[in-house]
Amino acid sequence: MKKDFSQNLGFFGLFVCMAATILALGSIIYFIVVRGFGVLSWNFFTQVPYSAMTKGGIAPVIVGTFYITLGAIIFALPLGLACAIYICEYSPKSIVVNIIRISINNLAGVPSVVFGLFGLAVFVKFFGFGVSILSGSLTLGILALPMIISSAQEALLAVPQSIREASFSLGATKWETIRNIVLPTALPGVLTGVILSIGRVAGETAPIIFTAAAFYTRGYPRSIFSEVMALPYHIYALMTEGAHPDKQRMIAYGCSLVLLFLVLLISAFAIFLRQRQRSSYG
Amino acid sequence: MDNKIKMRAKNVDFFYGKNQALKNVSLDVYANHVTAMIGPSGCGKSTFIRLFNRMNELVSHTTLKGEIFLDDLEINSPLVDAVDIRRRVGMVFQKPNPFPKSIFENISYGLKVNGVKDKVFIEQKVEDSLKKAVIWGEVKDRLNDSALKLSGGQQQRLCIARCLAVETEVILFDEPCASLDPISTAKIEELILELKKDYSIVIVTHNMQQAARVSDYTGFFLLGELVEFGKTQDIFTAPKDKRTEAYITGRFG
Repeated sequence: MKKDFSQNLGFFGLFVCMAATILALGSIIYFIVVRGFGVLSWNFFTQVPYSAMTKGGIAPVIVGTFYITLGAIIFALPLGLACAIYICEYSPKSIVVNIIRISINNLAGVPSVVFGLFGLAVFVKFFGFGVSILSGSLTLGILALPMIISSAQEALLAVPQSIREASFSLGATKWETIRNIVLPTALPGVLTGVILSIGRVAGETAPIIFTAAAFYTRGYPRSIFSEVMALPYHIYALMTEGAHPDKQRMIAYGCSLVLLFLVLLISAFAIFLRQRQRSSYG
Repeated sequence: MDNKIKMRAKNVDFFYGKNQALKNVSLDVYANHVTAMIGPSGCGKSTFIRLFNRMNELVSHTTLKGEIFLDDLEINSPLVDAVDIRRRVGMVFQKPNPFPKSIFENISYGLKVNGVKDKVFIEQKVEDSLKKAVIWGEVKDRLNDSALKLSGGQQQRLCIARCLAVETEVILFDEPCASLDPISTAKIEELILELKKDYSIVIVTHNMQQAARVSDYTGFFLLGELVEFGKTQDIFTAPKDKRTEAYITGRFG
């Protein structure tokens, strides 16, 4: 009897913790939806903002976020994957590699505003890309690198030694084995890393303040050297600047809702891809 | 009986770090015969067989002394590429290890990495290999299904077919039936006997009856030493060494 009681108490405690977490998450979504839903309309998604951003839509803002996120992944995915392949498959197991590995993990802990300053110094100033999609994408790409590298490493290490040996035993070279056997098998795991980093990158504010984001641009970005409006910074700008704080706040919630939904959509797509990969060979 | 020697190990020592796994092993593998390696777990027989296709190179911190010949070629000479050796000496592993790809791709993979591009030839070769490995009937209608959907015994025959497709000269079997049921085991043993017409075969096995059933020559390993090597019949009926006799009669191991 006594044992049952303590067990039930334990489970109840766990349930309370779980419920509190769900409640916190649920209330965030609830407030954003309640406050942001009012401004959503067809125009909100398709129009450019006007009248000091109190009217019109946020189409260029969505497009801007899409561009810099896409740019970041295009830059970080091949680089991160190549780095992970080198560390896992080629480099001799040495102290140097261990130091590199630890450095990469530490890179993940660097505050994002520091990445922003780095991007400003290197991409904006030194390479002269200016405040632009390119600078922002590269900065966010570097931010995403450690996440992509470590998840790719895990995925590569999870590929069983037995199928590598099988490939070698058939006369495949190391590169043939990696390209044809190891990479396709590790792909679902690599995609997980990409999902996580897309979510993070799309929502980052600090790294793009100095490198890509503009408070207001007329219309859509014209090239990768254009400044852009992007959702996270747009929210920040609407809440802190401008002459119509009340109207702007509504739009900020609307933007939050769109950002939330966008990240969800991207993640869902990547999860769908991963599931399809898994179910076909697993 | 005067047989052609296909592979030869000469005074082989092998170390994992500082641990000596093989001590001065010399052994000949005869062409178109089955050579079995028996012995208790950890005796070095698997390590030994993996020297014949330079598989141990994939393990770090290992040292090899001595020579291993394929025909007249010393396979560890600096001028020889491990890839070329593995194209001549194939291997079937202890646990079935099909690639997470379709049945067809599992077989065609070896051809592709060996530079074969002719689609008609590849299709024909896949069919021939699956037929030789006596699994064609079971998979011919689902060549595009994942190989992982096959049973363990089918997967192992698929792995044999995969090895046959690249037309090696030698096939190394590393405890190929260790994870299989008796019916699958019987099928694979039958297959090995069939294959020795075209291949030189080396098989590592825990199962002494299996060694007796399929092999022409047997080597008994103990603690990294090759205790005795000879015709299977002689090893099993008149072992020269007391340790061999003790193992075969089941007194240890």
